[in-house]
Amino acid sequence: MNPVNYLYLAALLFTIGAAGVLIRRNAIVVFMCVELMLNACNLAFVAFSRLHGNLDGQIIAFFTMVVAAAEVVVGLAIIVSLFRSRHSASVDDASLMKL
Amino acid sequence: MENLIALLVAAPLLGAAVLLCGGRRLDAAGHWLGTLLAAASFVVAAVLFFGMLGRGAEDRALHQTLYTWVPVESFRADLAFQLDQLSMTFVLLITGVGTLIHVYSIGYMEHDERRRRFFGYLNLFLAAMLLLVLADNYLLLYFGWEGVGLASYLLIGFWQHKPSAATAAKKAFLVNRVGDIGLSIAIMLMFTTFGTFAFGPVLATADKASEGTLTAIGLMLLLAACGKSAQVPLQSWLGDAMEGPTPVSALIHAATMVTAGVYLITRSGAIFDAAPTAQTAVVTVGAVTLLFGAIVGCAKDDIKKALAGSTMSQIGYMVLAAGLGPIGYAFAIMHLVTHGFFKAGLFLGAGSVMHGMNDEVDMRKYGGLRAYMPVTFVTFGLGYLAIIGFPGLSGFWSKDKIIEAAFAKGGTEGWILGAVTLLGAGITAYYMTRVMIMTFFGEKRWQPAPDPHRAPDVEPAAADDGRHLAAGPVGSPAAEGPAGHPAGELPDPHESPRSMTVPMIVLAFGSVFAGGLFSINSAFVHWLEPVTRFEHGHPPVSAAVITTATLVVLLAGAGLAYAQYGRRPVPVTAPRGSLLTRAARRDLLQDDFNHVVLVRGGEHLTRSLVYVDHTLVDGVVNGTAASVGGLSGRLRKLQNGYARSYAVSMFGGTAVLIAATLLMRAV
Repeated sequence: MNPVNYLYLAALLFTIGAAGVLIRRNAIVVFMCVELMLNACNLAFVAFSRLHGNLDGQIIAFFTMVVAAAEVVVGLAIIVSLFRSRHSASVDDASLMKL
Repeated sequence: MENLIALLVAAPLLGAAVLLCGGRRLDAAGHWLGTLLAAASFVVAAVLFFGMLGRGAEDRALHQTLYTWVPVESFRADLAFQLDQLSMTFVLLITGVGTLIHVYSIGYMEHDERRRRFFGYLNLFLAAMLLLVLADNYLLLYFGWEGVGLASYLLIGFWQHKPSAATAAKKAFLVNRVGDIGLSIAIMLMFTTFGTFAFGPVLATADKASEGTLTAIGLMLLLAACGKSAQVPLQSWLGDAMEGPTPVSALIHAATMVTAGVYLITRSGAIFDAAPTAQTAVVTVGAVTLLFGAIVGCAKDDIKKALAGSTMSQIGYMVLAAGLGPIGYAFAIMHLVTHGFFKAGLFLGAGSVMHGMNDEVDMRKYGGLRAYMPVTFVTFGLGYLAIIGFPGLSGFWSKDKIIEAAFAKGGTEGWILGAVTLLGAGITAYYMTRVMIMTFFGEKRWQPAPDPHRAPDVEPAAADDGRHLAAGPVGSPAAEGPAGHPAGELPDPHESPRSMTVPMIVLAFGSVFAGGLFSINSAFVHWLEPVTRFEHGHPPVSAAVITTATLVVLLAGAGLAYAQYGRRPVPVTAPRGSLLTRAARRDLLQDDFNHVVLVRGGEHLTRSLVYVDHTLVDGVVNGTAASVGGLSGRLRKLQNGYARSYAVSMFGGTAVLIAATLLMRAV
């Protein structure tokens, strides 16, 4: 199978993720969309690794997974504490960071 | 021998330190200590003088280096003294007249509770003045120059409780500062030109520098001399300086400090000789001041201010002579010394009159005092004859030589200068005769009751005039009115105590004989010749003609004054007078000129600067701040707090960056 098709899939997944981040209000969904974008990147890295015939892309994909795991820990903690204090998981409700 | 030189300065300096730091426990003995140390300095000067006479003319100059004051690479200033014939002349004059005036002040300041401080300041002045004339380089001279300025400031404002005295002191200080800038620039120019500012190397190699540089140095030195010696255009402080106690006027503002400018010009003779333009400027300043001071002196009713105008005029003579070059230097110094005697004597006489007249200074309220103050009358009279140049007295010998030298300058310039000096001699005779007649002759104008506001509750007994008072040479030991503090009594003319009359008598001897002694075989000129050089000037007409012309002018001036003031009663309130008289009463509008040109000009300048500052500078600064503020007000609307909108901008930014990168690749 042509590896370029994996790149199309990665672009599609990234676009879906980005659109989700921009459009959805629920923090959990936004969060999941971020993960989707990360995984789209991973897919692209692995595809490029195959295309170029070396392992650099695969190694970076592992790094991305580690970073994503750490991000999940911190991100979910923030969302949980946000929900506890505001009883809502909408990102638009947390709009206090302005002048 | 040369180790004694430092003692000259050290003695009065020690006196100043002890008296000013010693506190009240020295009040009782302070004046004796001050006088003693001044006298000690005079004794050292006399020892050095006789030692100098014992050596040949060529090796008379002594040199003493104490230590290197400022050792920085090639910038080297020594604390070193140079005692040559010129310095010796000044040292003798300063310590001699200074000691006499210390003695005089014991009596004059007897009732002043701050007498100790007064003597401390006087000693400080002596130390600074001696440093000025003994310095062997211009930087040390500058130190002494500032020192005498400080002492002058402190002493003019000695009665600081009087606003007029405090203002006069500030005025003198400020005007002197203008001159001092000239001296400091001259020293800087010397350093850049010659690499040093010691007298020896600078004056020896002066003619090797370019004429433009020398002219600049000369003009700056002249500016300095104008400030210190009250020459036009920096003359305005001297009249007001008369607010100080009279001994101060006699010592600082007549005999010594104000002649420092003449010393500076004579000392720097080699520079001026090589810069004819600067020399012409010196002569012009001297000639203008000579007439300026004389005209002011004619119109003043305040005895001290009349004498101050006279001082200005006589220093004009000296500056003029110093500007003539080697034909005039020696005569400038000779006139300086004789002037030191007779002008100090005249001021002490004026102080004695004021002392006896309850500090009245208006000559229109004097009159007929010769019977009440015989010693003052005789000594003042001798000083008067000396200053107008009465044949045989000091002023005759010195002033006549200056007039001759002015004619000897040659050409049209010589005729103009000669005419100015002759005219000055006539005006001198006029105003001094006027002072003499108004003070000592004529009817008593002080006998009628004085101003009611001055003595509202006076006892009738005191109104009885001074008949019952001692009229002899020695009055009551303690003078009635404390000097400087009007007691609010009627004038009781009386002779001053002996501590005041003795210095006046000594100075009168100097006024009579000094000029004659100096002129025997031209002794004074030969004495100074190794330092100042001397060329015999050849006036276009014979000396006898000039002397005769001087005497004629002198008689005319004195006669005119006699006709105006001796033969008619002198009105107690001054008549309105002609336009010139009124201008001269206002010091020929010098203060008005300064006010209009300098004060107003300065105000306009600062006002326009403030305007530029407010509109232009502040405009730029405030404009920048306002535009940044407005811009950021717009920009902050982007910060709406919604995480999703931030995400959009991030995506947008990334998209733009990628697009730009791709575009660059494509190109």
